[in-house]
Amino acid sequence: MDRILFEKTGKAVWMSHLDTMRLMQRAFRRAGVLLHHSQGYTPHAYVSMPLPLSVGTESLCEILEYELDSKLPISPEQLNKVMPQGIRVLRVYDSPIKTKYLTMLQAELTLYYDRGVPEGTAERITELFAAPEIKVVKRTKRGPEETDIKPLVYSASLVQKEDRILMDCMVSAQNPPLNPLLLVQAIESLLPQCKPDHATCRRIEVYDDKGNPFR
Amino acid sequence: MNEKLLRILPNVQKPARYVGGEYKEIIKDKKEVDLRVAFCFPDTYEIGMSNLGMRILYAIMNQMPGVWCERVFAPWGDMEEAMTEHGLPLYGLESGDPLTDFDMIAFTIGYEMSYTNVLNMLRLGNIPLHARDRKGLNQMVFAGGACMYNPEPLADFFDFFCIGEGEEMTPEILELYRKAKKEQWSKEAFLKEVAHIEGVYVPSFYEHVYKEDGRLQEIKIAEGAPERITKRIIQNLDSAHYPTDMIVPNLEIVHDRANLEVMRGCIRGCRFCQAGFTYRPVRPRSPETLLQQAIDSLESSGCHEITLSSLSTSDYRELPKLAEEMLDYCTPRKINLSLPSLRADNFSRELMLKLQQVRKSGLTFAPEAGTQRLRDAINKNVTEEEILETCRIAFEGGWNNVKLYFMLGLPTETDEDVLGIAELVYKILKTWRAHASNKKRGCRIHVATAYFVPKPFTPFQWEKQISPEEYIRRQRLLKENMPSKSIEYNWHAADVSRLEAVLARGDRRLGKLLENVLAKGERLDAWDEYFNYQLWLDAFADCGIDPNFYTVRGYEEEELLPWALISDGVQEAYLKAERKRAYASQTTPDCRTQCSACGANCLLKGGKCDG
Repeated sequence: MDRILFEKTGKAVWMSHLDTMRLMQRAFRRAGVLLHHSQGYTPHAYVSMPLPLSVGTESLCEILEYELDSKLPISPEQLNKVMPQGIRVLRVYDSPIKTKYLTMLQAELTLYYDRGVPEGTAERITELFAAPEIKVVKRTKRGPEETDIKPLVYSASLVQKEDRILMDCMVSAQNPPLNPLLLVQAIESLLPQCKPDHATCRRIEVYDDKGNPFR
Repeated sequence: MNEKLLRILPNVQKPARYVGGEYKEIIKDKKEVDLRVAFCFPDTYEIGMSNLGMRILYAIMNQMPGVWCERVFAPWGDMEEAMTEHGLPLYGLESGDPLTDFDMIAFTIGYEMSYTNVLNMLRLGNIPLHARDRKGLNQMVFAGGACMYNPEPLADFFDFFCIGEGEEMTPEILELYRKAKKEQWSKEAFLKEVAHIEGVYVPSFYEHVYKEDGRLQEIKIAEGAPERITKRIIQNLDSAHYPTDMIVPNLEIVHDRANLEVMRGCIRGCRFCQAGFTYRPVRPRSPETLLQQAIDSLESSGCHEITLSSLSTSDYRELPKLAEEMLDYCTPRKINLSLPSLRADNFSRELMLKLQQVRKSGLTFAPEAGTQRLRDAINKNVTEEEILETCRIAFEGGWNNVKLYFMLGLPTETDEDVLGIAELVYKILKTWRAHASNKKRGCRIHVATAYFVPKPFTPFQWEKQISPEEYIRRQRLLKENMPSKSIEYNWHAADVSRLEAVLARGDRRLGKLLENVLAKGERLDAWDEYFNYQLWLDAFADCGIDPNFYTVRGYEEEELLPWALISDGVQEAYLKAERKRAYASQTTPDCRTQCSACGANCLLKGGKCDG
């Protein structure tokens, strides 16, 4: 499978998943690479991303799969020359590993408290994630649904800074996936006194079922 | 990025439109910049980034050393609310700096219903609305664009207007401003000087005096100000700058494709069409230039679709050659070539079949009127046979979708003309039944009717607009007589078109109306989600303005018109003669068959109108 590994940071984080796919289709053309096109009424270039990224979330580990009609050497530099601000290709490579083995996601959450972190917040959050279940209301296609996210959170550790808390967590990437921002939502609904004024999320790394970085 | 903005963005729809950072966005070092222009488009990012004029002028201004032109768009309602709540003023996308940091604030205005957005953007940028309240050279507010041939409703708010095409005029204005800034001129001194740049109109130098009955009595011209403002044009499109390395938006915009402008002007002379007159004379680009621009734009943007645009692309003389060469380039690269504004009469089967090689798009016609008599009156020189013949070819070629556009309320229209639309639709349906090569999916005919809005600078500039009640009656009459339920019929809302008519032929007194309706919270009028007709009606009442004065009253040919001092090159006598011919249902041949001496060729210095 032909893949690229890229970062999505800064202004680019506001681009949606679909817009990112469109961007990539165009960027390959700009770099002089014609992707494999589907047959049919409206031919389109084949690209896919195994883990859709929420608008507003940064990522250091995005993976995009593409198809060419014939093998062509492509370099990250070639693609980086034609990218908008915030998109940086780190690797262009061929991988034998199917995306179904992409199982875990490591993310960093930053919780901002404009008036300083309230006393006891870190302890309360640690306690919350140590509980046997963490029920949050998820918006789904069928309407709001209460689910227990605990089985999908493999680990969560906290570091407290003056006005913020950094939370490093490992969550399920697929089947089902967990958006790490749901951890913030859990804090907001279950620990209202610890509700941050603002929170951001960054994907750090993706892993396969054996705990190795997924490529 | 601004901390306030970072807090706002997660909570608004489509945040990508508020951050910039796109491929080919122009960023300059502020230390090397001595003139900053905020280039505002009074609608959303997706609409504004689809506007070719804005893209051309963005490139032209930024080509000037020391000038940094940034883009500003109207925020959607949720963003506006969040910005107000967080105290974040409107800013340029490139730098994120507020409008108050800019020397000049330029608008390109193409639609009357965006006037409230113009004022709202100034308001959100903390810029005083009235030109007279902005002292000094800072924040010089000016505008140009397709809708600024009658800029009177905005006269109170703008320091000056640019009439006509901006490629040459804009750098001249910017250079003059730079000189004025360096030499610390007064605003008055700058305005006096800028008024002498050809195509510039400084409204404060012209006082409008009204009669007791409300009509315009006199326009008093300040000493030294030009007595007539004639639009600027580009003499030779091949040598005009056309940007091929344009910004590629990070989100889907309305016209999400590369764009080539094949020519300016139109040879057809449809009597209702403002652009058909104000874009004269006809000037083509050479196919060699266009092919090169096509390749450059496609390679730079990575788009997989390109469109040939103009008012009537099938009248581009070299279209077969250009289309052929472009297809040779596009087909192996899986690029879709789209040709809007093709006419029914010379829509060749060959061209249609070729376009199908890449992708099949829909078939669209704008007969505008239902009977030949009325089509002759409006000079829409297309016959029923031509429409049916083109449909036959298309149906045989596998097309099953047809879109048809008409207007209701055209001058001289009767119920017979309205019912003629239904008859034409029925004939198209019959043609499909007789000739369609693929009937499995059925035939889909979409019919849309608009409410005729008389526009300045057309032969119909004096016409009455029919009343909204009458428009609705005719629209119902048509609906009841549509031949089949399978036909989808859409019509424009009467309210918006009525206001559009008021503003299109409006005068300076409408400034207070715009201010009043803005204060009531109205903006984004072109969007159903936000348009609120009642607020407009309340504003009319508050200001003591009767909308009927500008719509159903009509203007007399002897009346002094608010836009009397502005010229697009076309002679008023010609417009009057065309109006007479309309009443006699007499057509005027297209400009290639016979030049009708409209006067616009006088704008060409030595060149020749391609009509």
